[in-house]
Amino acid sequence: MIQTILIYSLVFLSFAIFATIYRLIKGPTAPDRVQALDALGINLLSGVAIFSVLVRSTGFFEVILLIGILSFIGTIAFARYIERGVVIERKQSD
Amino acid sequence: MKKSNDVIIRSVTKVAVVIILTFAINLFISGHHQPGGGFIGGLAFASALILLFLAFDIETVRNHIPLDFKVVAAVGVLISVLTGVGAMLLDHPFLFQAFGYFKLPIFGKTELATAVLFDIGVALAVIGTSITIIMTIGDDR
Repeated sequence: MIQTILIYSLVFLSFAIFATIYRLIKGPTAPDRVQALDALGINLLSGVAIFSVLVRSTGFFEVILLIGILSFIGTIAFARYIERGVVIERKQSD
Repeated sequence: MKKSNDVIIRSVTKVAVVIILTFAINLFISGHHQPGGGFIGGLAFASALILLFLAFDIETVRNHIPLDFKVVAAVGVLISVLTGVGAMLLDHPFLFQAFGYFKLPIFGKTELATAVLFDIGVALAVIGTSITIIMTIGDDR
């Protein structure tokens, strides 16, 4: 029973990933693409988590943490680029 | 240009950098038998430093971490090569590794391997190279 639920949720998560990939390619403006990239990272992370429940393994926890950290840093970098026009500032701005 | 407001990102960074650095050291230590190792540990460490560079600025981080990362990369490569050559001095093949079991005070019976020294060199080389690349791209001097 629980196996069927997990497999169905994996299928729906892959649908969600395809939808965000469509927005990532088609998205008219840059903020659309950044949000699609962030949502793609979160969907990928939850897919890995459900897969690790499905195969009853704890070997994927490092993958989950790494995807979370890299998605967080990437989103911050893109947001700074959109907001300020520069990713890493040279001096204290205020 | 309007005044910047970085309170949330700086507050989150001060907590998250500690977590990421701890996770990087955990990845580095567990690399002998489990997923992890010097390369990915160094990359996680470098991502924590990049988060610091993003939240603050280059001058502040360089004042608090006075390291030339090109030197760090060179020292890492030197350590890796020297641990490889050191095995040749003892009549073993290049990059030979040895390990043994020791009784440590807190950890009990622990396996210590010389591959950790090689991994330290790899991690330092990865940290130095990636931070140097990011700084060369991001610094418009």
